[in-house]
Amino acid sequence: MTSLTSAGAGDDLKIWLTKRTRWRGAEIVFWLACLLPYALTPDYLQLASQIAISALFALSLDLLLGYAGVLSLGHAAFFGLGAYTAGLLAAHGWGEPLTGLAAAGLVAGVCGFLASLIVVRFRGLALIMITLGLAQMLASAANSVSWLTGGADGLQGVDVKPLFGVFSFDLWGRTAYAYSLAVLFLVFLLVRRITNSPFGLSLRGIRENGVRMAALGAPNQAHLRKTFTIAAGIAGLAGALLTQTTETVSLQTLGFQKSADVLVMLVLGGVGRLYGGLVGAIIYMIARDQFSDMNPEYWFFWIGLMLIGVVVFLPGGILGGLSLLTRSWKRRAP
Amino acid sequence: MEEAGALNAAFSARGLNKKFGSLVVAHEIAFALPQGARHALIGPNGAGKTTLINLVTGVLTPDSGQVVLGGEDITHFAPAQRVRKGLVRTFQINSLFARLTPLEAVTLAVCERRGVAASWWRRLPDFSEAIAEAGEILSSLQLRSCATRVTSELPYGEQRLLEIALALATKPSMLLLDEPAAGVPKDESAQLFKAIEGLSNDLSILFIEHDMDLVFRFASKIIVMAGGRILVEGAPAEIARNALVREVYLGKARHD
Repeated sequence: MTSLTSAGAGDDLKIWLTKRTRWRGAEIVFWLACLLPYALTPDYLQLASQIAISALFALSLDLLLGYAGVLSLGHAAFFGLGAYTAGLLAAHGWGEPLTGLAAAGLVAGVCGFLASLIVVRFRGLALIMITLGLAQMLASAANSVSWLTGGADGLQGVDVKPLFGVFSFDLWGRTAYAYSLAVLFLVFLLVRRITNSPFGLSLRGIRENGVRMAALGAPNQAHLRKTFTIAAGIAGLAGALLTQTTETVSLQTLGFQKSADVLVMLVLGGVGRLYGGLVGAIIYMIARDQFSDMNPEYWFFWIGLMLIGVVVFLPGGILGGLSLLTRSWKRRAP
Repeated sequence: MEEAGALNAAFSARGLNKKFGSLVVAHEIAFALPQGARHALIGPNGAGKTTLINLVTGVLTPDSGQVVLGGEDITHFAPAQRVRKGLVRTFQINSLFARLTPLEAVTLAVCERRGVAASWWRRLPDFSEAIAEAGEILSSLQLRSCATRVTSELPYGEQRLLEIALALATKPSMLLLDEPAAGVPKDESAQLFKAIEGLSNDLSILFIEHDMDLVFRFASKIIVMAGGRILVEGAPAEIARNALVREVYLGKARHD
């Protein structure tokens, strides 16, 4: 108690802010539960790996949309850039996965920075259309240079070497899932750190009221350029993971559908909550797996229905709904 | 224009002119604020008060004339640059961060001013000095008790105070308050102005206000605008006696 009274004036405020950055029990449970597929559903490790990759992609969009408030409809451009970078390296003799992954993140990040020079000058509809336009241009360009990308047939001859020279990417996805999950977790730690920093707070400020941020002297465009670059780099990592764990790259990795899918996942799970994209990816990918088993042609009908249900009844996504539920439960049982 | 007086001033506008086509919205606007001033800017709707604020903050560039802050000519500085130099405004209509708490919002503004807002690796709670400073600003405006509530859930009067707290976090030398008590009930607005009056003596304040009781009570000097020009400038007692002002402004029905 003595330290409380003798220390600085902002101590209670500091404690309140510290509480917001603390790891919660549910988070630890979540990450431990990510290991369960090895024990419970060993036949589905390939799917689990794809989920982890989608979750990573959705996480990068969450940093951009959920924190900085920048809605991109062309985020797949950076996913695809990462996918093709890793793919081209592996197809031309550089199959070592970790360096390939790093190169993919770097290429996507640099391209993200270049795109950000244009993108962050705009807001609202114009910004959305520019992200969409850039991605469409890239997809078309990739299609036209089929000697490099393989065009509509996809990139052939992707040969990925074993991880650390030991763990080869097996048919069941044992290595794939461990690899994807590890990368997801490490990047998650990074993004979590960013959102808890002064920079993360400034991003939320831009999201809430960019005009007032400028009136406070904040360099909004510099903040947004940095965010766009980081988000693009992470999307590139996700793309590279997909290439390396499946040993193929198709034009779909760059396509509009990919950009739309990741947005749907994020909205389903909850925007601006870090875990929203992760939960959204799990639900979306499992639903797609199940629905397409039932009816391969019309599975998107059910995804659409689910999406409408969530935005109508749970505007904060599934996690937003859960947090409302726990808050009212805590209030009722003090 | 008194050149000598303007040179010593914390802030001065010198012969500002602005036309939109043939419409004159500012004509030879000149005034100065000494350090620690509490001056009021009044005038009927359409008098050019908003244009003047826009000229001073850099949203508009004058056709001719100068804006001088602390002896430095800032006429051609961008708005954000002026803020960093110490010229800051608040908004007539709340412009806040709805889903942040007052603590987060003010800490954010303090971090931006201190140049640590680009820091993405260290946790926010590690910035003790910035947080303590935010706490002091919130205390100075009686916002400390609601510091950790979400802004959108605060009572309107507290939101108006937060509007000022955000501006203070940038450590301004010159503060433009655009109708700080707009929409606040009469009994609370006097309290709000008392809080403004009690702010640091280093700070020069120019406020726009429609409530004449508040203007005459809290302003040491009043600038009266009409038709894009300064009609008269003087101490409250002089303004109250001025026949021209009575005719143009005080005598007529006020529209708020």
